[in-house]
Amino acid sequence: MSNAPVDKGRRRFLTVATSVVGAAGAVGAAVPFIASWNPSAKARIAGAPVEVKIDKVEPGQLIRAEWRGQPIWIVRRTETMLDSLNATDSRVRDPESNVQQQPAYAQNQHRSIRPEWFIAVGICTHLGCSPQFISRSFIEAEGVEAGFFCPCHGSRFDIAGRVFQAVPAPTNLVIPPHYFVDDVTVIVGEEEGAA
Amino acid sequence: MKGLMDWIDQRIPFSNSMKLHVTQYPAPKNFNFWYLMGSLALVVLVNQIVTGIWLTMSYNPSAEGAFASVEYIMRDVEYGWLLRYMHSTGASFFFLVVYLHMFRGLMYGSYQKPRELLWLFGMLIFLVLMAEAFMGYMLPWGQMSYWGAQVIISLFGAIPYVGDALTTWIRGDYVISGATLNRFFALHVIALPLVLVILVFLHLIALHEVGSNNPDGIDIKKPKGSVAEEDKAKFEFHERYAKKYDIVDAIPFHPYYTVKDLVGLAGFLILFAIVIFYLPTMGGYFLEPPNFEAADPMRTPAHIAPVWYFTPFYAILRAVPIKLLGVILMFAAIVLLFLMPWIDRGKVRSIRYRSGLHKANLTQFVISFVILGYLGVMPAEGIYTLMAQIFTFLYFAFFAFLWFYSKNEKTKPLPERLTK
Repeated sequence: MSNAPVDKGRRRFLTVATSVVGAAGAVGAAVPFIASWNPSAKARIAGAPVEVKIDKVEPGQLIRAEWRGQPIWIVRRTETMLDSLNATDSRVRDPESNVQQQPAYAQNQHRSIRPEWFIAVGICTHLGCSPQFISRSFIEAEGVEAGFFCPCHGSRFDIAGRVFQAVPAPTNLVIPPHYFVDDVTVIVGEEEGAA
Repeated sequence: MKGLMDWIDQRIPFSNSMKLHVTQYPAPKNFNFWYLMGSLALVVLVNQIVTGIWLTMSYNPSAEGAFASVEYIMRDVEYGWLLRYMHSTGASFFFLVVYLHMFRGLMYGSYQKPRELLWLFGMLIFLVLMAEAFMGYMLPWGQMSYWGAQVIISLFGAIPYVGDALTTWIRGDYVISGATLNRFFALHVIALPLVLVILVFLHLIALHEVGSNNPDGIDIKKPKGSVAEEDKAKFEFHERYAKKYDIVDAIPFHPYYTVKDLVGLAGFLILFAIVIFYLPTMGGYFLEPPNFEAADPMRTPAHIAPVWYFTPFYAILRAVPIKLLGVILMFAAIVLLFLMPWIDRGKVRSIRYRSGLHKANLTQFVISFVILGYLGVMPAEGIYTLMAQIFTFLYFAFFAFLWFYSKNEKTKPLPERLTK
């Protein structure tokens, strides 16, 4: 040990430099721990699109498919159901679907590519329960025949998945990317021409 | 024996620590029923850890095997049903004693200066306990496990901008899946129990540093030299305490309170055993009926309610028809409890010497909390929603009122020495 006077500036510089390098190292070391919580490659592949045959669906009927582990609803709407959308226009939060809960081609009153076919993710936008499909006499929404009702916290949606006013769910139901291959086949989870 | 003790004491401070924290720790002589809850909580923690370790020996944390392995524990493993019911009933009793323990703290002002950190450690324990219980409830992979987790994780989706990415990150998938179950299992059996034990240790260290409060809320440690010799407590206390203060109305923790706590423990275990053996599901409040069905991601049960100890906060969440605001209020309901030492600006600790206004306010707070708990298990419709809104308001009003009146509160004169 020498008895030379302490160079405080130098000591301070070295302390700060060491701390900064150490902190950067700690941040770097945290990356694998945090990133390992992201969906794994296996989970991401399971998100592949699904093909659904719709030739056996009756008017007014709902069938379910599964995509990314979520229920996908496919509803064949009747003329009466579609007419009811005019009545609910004034009672839903976002009648024009301005919030991006759907691909651009489904941003219309019926929120679908073809008015007859309604395709949506069957998960309530409030806290993730799966709402019930109500095909006639929707008691919870006065004067409307058909729609969706979430039993968990009482959110209501019209037959185009548009959320009614004064319910907990903030936004309309999510419309997944989808397209019709032909009249009896629909692909859910992919845009037309993506693959 | 003496030789062995000396050998140990020269290497770790064993005898000294025992005296400091157990045999010569001065505790106020007037502890009542409410002071049993802390030690009971410790016993339940040990019960949870021991039965939990044994359950992991037969449990399978995968989406395919979890539900079946719980049935296997219940039917095929010897005494598996008992280990599981001890664990599941223990969870409910843990919250029961912790809620009573917290109420004791509110009643006698145990959060006030100088016990702020003690209170904060306690609140952190409460928070970690809620996370621990939530993750544990997911492990049987029944319908309520699945959809309860779906609802709670979706709460984080209410955070603007990062919400969706955050929920995907927490789940490790686009929906709740085996990946979520596996990581919650890891957190439930390793990460959170470790944190919990460390927090309990800090809670106790903080308690022994500032000393226990008591039902009168006055100090038993008087300034050195201010007390006549014959008024001092007639026990030998550790010099850490006796050197700095004149100690009055105190008794050593052991044997006096260890024996008292044992009596309390006996009563507690009778109740505990009755529930384990005769009412393990407690009519659907400790273990909910939908959870006896395996998780089905395609179908939500008609009525979702959390386990009883979460229902007051759940009722607050549902009371507001705006998602983000509901989530904020629910978390605020807990954050405000953290801030109690600073919201209460009064100098008198115990409810015994505080104003009638304070007694009324605390009473309405407890009533509101219990009614919110009831509303949390009822469906969210009509009159229930309105009631939830009223009692949510009263819950928050407790803190607001307290902050206003506590500054210049009309209190009764404090006694010099402990009463009975």
